[in-house]
Amino acid sequence: MKRGLSPRWLTFYVVSYMIFLYAPVILLPMFAFNDATIIAFPLSGFTTKWFGLLWTTDALHKAVGNSAMVAVVTAVVSTLLGACAARAAARYRFPAQKAVIGFIMLPLVLPEIIVAVALIVMLMQLGLSLSLWTVVAGHVLICTPFSIAILNSAFAGLDQSLEEASFDLGESRWGTFRRVTLPLVMPGVISSLLICFTISLDEFIIAFFLTGTDATLPVYIWSQLRFPSKLPSVMALGTILLVVSVGLLVLAEWFRRRAARRQGKGATSTEGFV
Amino acid sequence: MARGLSREDRQGLTLIGLPFGYALIMLAAPLLMVITFSFWTQNYLDIDRTLTLNNYREVFSQPIYQALLWRSLRISLIVTIVTVTLAFPVAYYLSFHVKRRKALWLFLITVPFWTSYLLRVFLWKVILGYNGVLNSALLEVGLIDEPLTFILYNANAVVLTLAHAWAPFAILPIFVALEKIDRSLLEAAEDLGDGPFRRFWRVTFPLAIPGVVAATLIVLIPTVGDFITPKLVGGTDGLMVANMIQIQFGKANNAPLGAALAVTSMVVVAAISIGIYVAGRKIGGRVSR
Repeated sequence: MKRGLSPRWLTFYVVSYMIFLYAPVILLPMFAFNDATIIAFPLSGFTTKWFGLLWTTDALHKAVGNSAMVAVVTAVVSTLLGACAARAAARYRFPAQKAVIGFIMLPLVLPEIIVAVALIVMLMQLGLSLSLWTVVAGHVLICTPFSIAILNSAFAGLDQSLEEASFDLGESRWGTFRRVTLPLVMPGVISSLLICFTISLDEFIIAFFLTGTDATLPVYIWSQLRFPSKLPSVMALGTILLVVSVGLLVLAEWFRRRAARRQGKGATSTEGFV
Repeated sequence: MARGLSREDRQGLTLIGLPFGYALIMLAAPLLMVITFSFWTQNYLDIDRTLTLNNYREVFSQPIYQALLWRSLRISLIVTIVTVTLAFPVAYYLSFHVKRRKALWLFLITVPFWTSYLLRVFLWKVILGYNGVLNSALLEVGLIDEPLTFILYNANAVVLTLAHAWAPFAILPIFVALEKIDRSLLEAAEDLGDGPFRRFWRVTFPLAIPGVVAATLIVLIPTVGDFITPKLVGGTDGLMVANMIQIQFGKANNAPLGAALAVTSMVVVAAISIGIYVAGRKIGGRVSR
């Protein structure tokens, strides 16, 4: 097939675009290992003291604990809700199906500030105080659509005759679910857990509005950005977070492909990233 | 109600009931409450629950809110156009020129997106600042004599930073649409005598429109609601409506006014989005003659 646009220019453009995409990401470790309190060039020298400083910051450890708790609960609940929705969408027909699913997916396109404002107004009206649980409530709302998107392909690719065979062989509904359905969609479930965990870990706007006195990690980072002297250790923290996030994503992608392979399909390249 | 529903239907409804119920309680109810709230007024520490249009009157009469709304829309639209335009060739390259390892490319595009959002925005501040990376590099090379000041603390910086933040969200939908294009249509166009340029505009682009529309909406809607980027790199003339909403809910302690601002911007964005969607349906999705 002949090419539409001059490929050399296009390649050059794409390479420049990738440099643009990676510019901030590359700077992060550079400043994290830079032996200077000012975040600017030229770099001074190599040091790991900013990472060392993180070990002794108690407020940070608390924020990490809070974020981990919020992210784990969010991941589990979102994946549970996502699995129900994906299963219902793949297996059953019910009235107003498109509208119902569409509504559950709505937070995907809603500005986060709207979600945050809506939740805080409701909490104010109900007289509930803000805590990490209110953050979880908000995060579940925005993570469930991602979970549905990931699990949709896992459940849609599920061969129904396998479940029917299990029924015919005398398994109960629960037994069929546990021994046939669950193993088949398990990689998708793990992928969804990891993605939801990562999203929750990095989410700032909802957490900013809905945390009470306990800060999550992004809220902690936000509070540190005001102090120039704290910036190098924030860079070190960001570097660690990047490594963790990318690690989790690689893992999630690996599980997603395994799910696709188990169901006898080639791993399609796009789903799961969206 | 139960009549006419088969057992299958009921099982489906039970299953969807859980996530749908959650969305109703945590999204529909709060959204309705925000709308109600916007018709109430703040009375020092209490909320006056008499329904009134005062908040909306203020939103539509005070120049500051008008200015912020218009600026938010303008910046978001520019961000969207810039982001989608920059993303299109990348999606095109991935779909038509990358033969192997497409998944790896897609992964590489999404990696920067997983750096802490706050830090990414902050790092753009480091890049664009007076003594920033870009200025020192340009000075070093000798392209400029003194640091550029028009690149930070204004709307340009907001556009650049947001175009970066939303890049993967623009590339992926366009890529998906391009992948769906039946390659034999392109060959047909060629056989019928279309050059590469004509073929692109008559076949590829119209068929990519659904992806472009999706990308546009995915970028446009959330950017109107962003308040971190304007706050960190926007300076005073880059502040957007979301910053004002945040201030009303925080320091200014006028949550009903904040709610009215939120509702107003939501309605405006929804109207624009529907317009874009309808226009996309009209012009795209099929090969033009």
